[in-house]
Parts: sequence; C-alpha cells; structure tokens
Amino acid sequence: MSLTEALPRVRSLRLPKADAFISWILPLTILIVWQTASAAGFIPERVLPAPSDVAIAGWRLLQTGELAQNIWVSFWRAVTGFAIGGTIGFSLGLANGLSRLSERVTDTTLQMVRNVPHLAMIPLVILWFGIDEAAKLFLVALGVFFPIYLNTLHGIRTVDPQLIEMGRSYGMTGGELFRRVIFPGALPSIFVGLRFALGIMWLTLIVAETIAASSGIGYMAMQAREFMLVDVVILSILIYALLGKLADSISRLLERLTLSWHPSFQKH
Amino acid sequence: MTAHHVTAALAQSIPVLEPATPAILVTPRPHDAVKGVTLNIRGLRKAFGSNQVLRGVDLRIPPGQFVAIVGRSGCGKSTLLRLIAGLDAYDGGSLEFEQDPASASVNVRVMFQEPRLLPWARVLSNVEVGLGAARKEHDASARAKAALAEVGLTDKVAQWPGVLSGGQKQRVALARALVSNPQVLAFDEPLGALDALTRITMQQLLERVWRDQGFTAILVTHDVAEAIALADRVIVLEEGRISLDLAIDLPRPRQRGSAEIAALEGEILDKLLG
Ligand SMILES: Nc1ncnc2c1ncn2[C@@H]1O[C@H](COP(=O)(O)OP(=O)(O)O)[C@@H](O)[C@H]1O
Ligand SMILES: [Mg+2]
Repeated sequence: MSLTEALPRVRSLRLPKADAFISWILPLTILIVWQTASAAGFIPERVLPAPSDVAIAGWRLLQTGELAQNIWVSFWRAVTGFAIGGTIGFSLGLANGLSRLSERVTDTTLQMVRNVPHLAMIPLVILWFGIDEAAKLFLVALGVFFPIYLNTLHGIRTVDPQLIEMGRSYGMTGGELFRRVIFPGALPSIFVGLRFALGIMWLTLIVAETIAASSGIGYMAMQAREFMLVDVVILSILIYALLGKLADSISRLLERLTLSWHPSFQKH
Repeated sequence: MTAHHVTAALAQSIPVLEPATPAILVTPRPHDAVKGVTLNIRGLRKAFGSNQVLRGVDLRIPPGQFVAIVGRSGCGKSTLLRLIAGLDAYDGGSLEFEQDPASASVNVRVMFQEPRLLPWARVLSNVEVGLGAARKEHDASARAKAALAEVGLTDKVAQWPGVLSGGQKQRVALARALVSNPQVLAFDEPLGALDALTRITMQQLLERVWRDQGFTAILVTHDVAEAIALADRVIVLEEGRISLDLAIDLPRPRQRGSAEIAALEGEILDKLLG
C-alpha cells in the first residue's frame, strides 16, 4: 500500500437509513452465531469466551474504574502523539511544498529516514526513554509524521498550475493565493494522509503498549494474558477496533465537511 | 522585462476600476473612453530554447475591434496570446497599449479552453475573484451577480462549479473575465471543448457581450467558420509571422452558411492548407 494517493476513494456518503442498517447485519449475525456456538460448547472457553462473557468482563472492569482509566491513558497517548507528529509533518510538508530551498535542505534526509520502519526503533526508544510516556509518544509521533508529511507535500505539489496562474493573474499573492488556491487544492491529499496516519497511530500504540507500558489498553491485554483472562484480552482487541473505527468516522466527517465541493461528496 | 510588461503586470494586479454602477454590465452603453486602447505589436519574437515560435509579428489592433487568429496547431497562437496578456515575457520587438491618457493601466483578461474555476468556491465567489483587489469591497457580490446575469447564469450563483456543464463553466469564466470591465479580452480556443450546439449559443453570447461592452476581443480558434462568424478581421499565423490579414466586412448578425462566408472560408483554408 502506497502512502500517497491522489484523491480520496470515490464512495457514496449518502447512506440512507436502510443502507446503514444493512451494514450492521453481518456483524450482528457473527455475534449471534458466536454466542450460540459458545453456549452450545462448540468453542472452548479457553480459546474464545462467549460475547456475553466478554461483556461481563467489561462491566466488571468498568466498575473497578480500571477500564475507563486505561482507555483514557491510551486515548491521551494517541491524541498527543498524533498532534505532535501531525503538526511537524504538516508544517514540513507545507514548507517543502512551497519552498524549493526548504525541500533541498530536508527532503533527502527525510526520505532516508522514511525507509526505516518506525517500529524498528523500539529497542532504541526503550534504551532512551525506558517505558516512560515519552517512549510511546515518540513512536506514535514518528509513525504519524510520514504519511502526513508525504501527502501534504504531494498535495501542494499537485495543485493545478493553471489555477495558480489564474489566481496570480487576478492579483492574488502570498497568503491569499495559499488560502484560496493552494491549500484547498492540497486538502484532498492531506486527508488521505490523515487517514493513513490514524491507522498507523493505533498500530503503533498497540505495539508500544504491549511491549513497553505500565498502563493503557495494550498493557491491560498483556496483563490479562499472564492471568489467562481470555475475555479481557478479547475485550481489549474490541476496544482497539472501536477506537479505530471512531477515529476513522471523525476523519470522514471532517472530510465531508471540508470537501463538500468535491464531486465524490456531492448531493445531486 | 520590457515597458509593456510592467504595464501589463500592473494592469493585472490593479484592474481599472470605473466610478460606475454595476448596471453598466447589464445595460448596453456607448463605448467609453477608458476602453479606447490600441494594441500595437511590432517585430514581436519569442523562442522556447532553440524553437523560434514567433519570428517577428506585426499587428495593430484599434480599440474595440474583434480579431480572430487562426493557424495550424503549434504555430504559436497561444504563445502570442500569452504575451499579449502579459503572462509570459517576450524576447524581442515591442508590444504596447496606446491610450489616452497614456498613464492609466490597461486591464487585459484571458479566457482559456479550460474554465480554470476554483472547484472549492461557489460560482459567485469564483466570479468575485475576477474583481482583483476590488473583490474585498462591499459591492463585490453585487458586481459579480450583475456579471453572472450578463451571461445568463443568475440561477447558478450558489452552485459548485463541479455540477455545471462545460458550457456553463465557460460562462462563469466569461463572467469572471467581464466583471472587472476589461479593455482587452483575449480568448484561447474558449469553445474548443464544447459540443456543436453549445458552441453556437456561446458564439452568440460572445458576440453580444462584445457589442455591449466594447472591449477589444482577440480570439484564437481552430474553427475558421467561427472566426468568420465573429470577427471584424481574421489573421492567419504561419511560421511565426502573420501571413494573411483579412477584413471581414459582413453585417451582423451573420448568416451561417451564406455564400460570402463560404467564399471567405475557402480563401482562409487555402492559405492554411496550401
Ligand atoms: N512553455 C513552453 N515551453 C516550451 N515550448 C513551448 C511552450 N509553450 C509552447 N511551446 C512550443 O511553442 C510552439 C507553439 O505553441 P502554441 O503557442 O501553444 O501553439 P498553438 O496555440 O498555435 O497550437 C509549439 O511548438 C510548442 O511546443
Ligand atoms: Mg494553443
């Protein structure tokens, strides 16, 4: 999968109620089959506990406050790491897209660093930061940085030069040209980067929390594994899935709000 | 950069603003003095690397004239138009706008085959772009609306460009060019991408706004019949020079397919093919 894509996937976001319901049929069916199979004893509890058991485990952890605490910690790490990496990536993408000099100075270095998978940095990061908060934030920020940087740069580079010429010929300069032509033109590509980055954000956080943490959902899962609490492990995985879906939905909503002009988002 | 370029560059950043109301755009009026600009081109040369595209073009266009430029593909029509519009710099010769008083800047606008609308701006705000620095003034939207009325798109004010047809997009581009009340309007195959029927409607629209507003029109087209239907004068560009300069003294509106038009078309096509 490439980290740059010219345009958001063409899709319809105008799901009528019936369609929205249809997309939930499959998950619900799986849940029912799973529950029935577990109750009938086809799936050993040690391998996969019934959905009801997972729900009960969730309720138990909710009452002790452990669940909320761990979700909050993971959420905070995700948001902070994302904000740091995203801001740096976005700023450098803008700078290198707009200034040849800035690109000459930094781009080659960045392209070299890009070829190192950021998770390969884990041993080094543990040496540097231990299992401190900084370790997780560093990894998330690093992972988020590249897709945002690359797609911002790509977006700015591929703004239609005819539109830029048009803007100039009608007297737009500097800030106005950027605000009215360059930035809106780069936005679809920036959103592609944003959604890649969100995926990488969760992936990084899961790995970092299972390897080097003393709190968070990943840590909760690893601890549960030690005590053979399969239901809590499943619960952690489901929470990751839900958080991932939530992040994706928010980015889609933002996309729909800011790209309402784009043909793939238009109501006819 | 030559003297013309300084003026042309100025003209593009500071469009000429008249102390007139937006009504000027909807009601025909006598061509006023500010439109009275003569374009004077002498020995104009332009090369891209070793490719000598324009090898000495001489052309004088009096105020308000409608000139069509035809020629084989790649003969330098667009290049000439971009020089006139001040979008590129030329290598030699001169290109001047003469007017009275000489100090005023000249407002030159171009329309291309691609409408070049901002897809993320509604139709109205796309037209407001055409006001240049005046787009921040309080009457900007009234002037843009008047320009849209002129091209018959009043009902599309709040649309996104993406939902418009090719012809409608070109009409928005025309409104954007007209809104600053230009003295010279250059067209680079503006109807090239449209279907035959839309082309005819658009040709009529171009002729009407030109007659209403009195700007100098310079139309590059590959359609000889279109050139004859619209222009006062057809110019053939060949090997970097003007090889034919033909006055079209036919009454307007012109009858398509009349014998006179056919004869002129034959003459120009002979020149182009021969
Ligand atoms: N920006 C450019 N760089 C290099 N060559 C160009 C450029 N623009 C035009 N040319 C060349 O100049 C010649 C004339 O082009 P153009 O004016 O676009 O022709 P026309 O509009 O008559 O079809 C062509 O050979 C074209 O390849
Ligand atoms: Mg051309």
